[in-house]
Amino acid sequence: MNLDQFKPLTVYTIYIAATPEKVWEALTSAELSRKYFSGFAVEMQPKLGGRFIVRAPDGSEHISGEVFEYDPPKKLTVTWNVNWPDLVAKLGTTLVTYEIEPAGEAVRLTMSERHDRALSDDILSGGRTGWPAILSGLKSLLETGKAPQIKMSPPVKMLEALKAMGIRTP
Amino acid sequence: MSKPQFVYVTYIETTPENLWEALTSSEFTKQYWFGAEVRSDWKVGSPFALLLDGEVTDSGEILEADPPRRLSYSFKHQKFEELRGEPISRVVFTIEPFGSLVRLTVLHDGFVEGGKYLGAVSNGWPAILSQLKSLLETGKLLDIPRAALNKGFDAK
Repeated sequence: MNLDQFKPLTVYTIYIAATPEKVWEALTSAELSRKYFSGFAVEMQPKLGGRFIVRAPDGSEHISGEVFEYDPPKKLTVTWNVNWPDLVAKLGTTLVTYEIEPAGEAVRLTMSERHDRALSDDILSGGRTGWPAILSGLKSLLETGKAPQIKMSPPVKMLEALKAMGIRTP
Repeated sequence: MSKPQFVYVTYIETTPENLWEALTSSEFTKQYWFGAEVRSDWKVGSPFALLLDGEVTDSGEILEADPPRRLSYSFKHQKFEELRGEPISRVVFTIEPFGSLVRLTVLHDGFVEGGKYLGAVSNGWPAILSQLKSLLETGKLLDIPRAALNKGFDAK
């Protein structure tokens, strides 16, 4: 996979009152992710090339990928492929990178969603809707000890755009 | 390609009324906006100013004010020479109840292709809005240096 072909099409930055280690743990732990990610569990083998899964509350593998860059607690890149039929074939692989940097006593977390081709704003609306909810929840969990329940559903315009490309959605 | 604009969405455990107050109170903004304070009477057509240490850094006028749902003002940078030549931009805050939370969407648009201003605001808003969320949810601010606002100023 040639990384140079991948361009960030969605970037979200958030500052969190926590240590880089705590933010890393929250991003990669099944128990913590379930709390802020609508019940979805991140399951990651903590090594380069390790398996990366986001498991839906019903137990199915919603996202499958592998660890592509592994530098705890500073940088993590995973392939982030949603398991809908034909999605990866038509949209290409998605790469998600988390960069965790100290900013004073806090942490600056930057999420970049990269793709190897141009995608429409409608297609990208899924991530652009989801990431703010997921990372707002992560921040609240680390700062207040409890994550708010932010119920998300896929944007209608994204589902319609996928359908128009012949991608079947649940 | 989409127009040059910055959009940021955050979910905050608060009420629309408290969030409106946080966006329009000089005292409140001073806390989370790295010392900057907003000044306006928040009536459509009235002047808007953002001040830092008593100096106007940005100014404009109120375009929309529908408390506690929607607020918009024009925004023209006054302080840094290299940003002063950029066109008047626009900031729109949309406040929506979302379950027990409030969803805040900040849209900042009206930039020129290849300008520096968009890069500057793209770095500033996440820091400011992260502070706002922390202050409303925990009553505390993050200890982030003001320099975080200018991080990557020339990067984009």
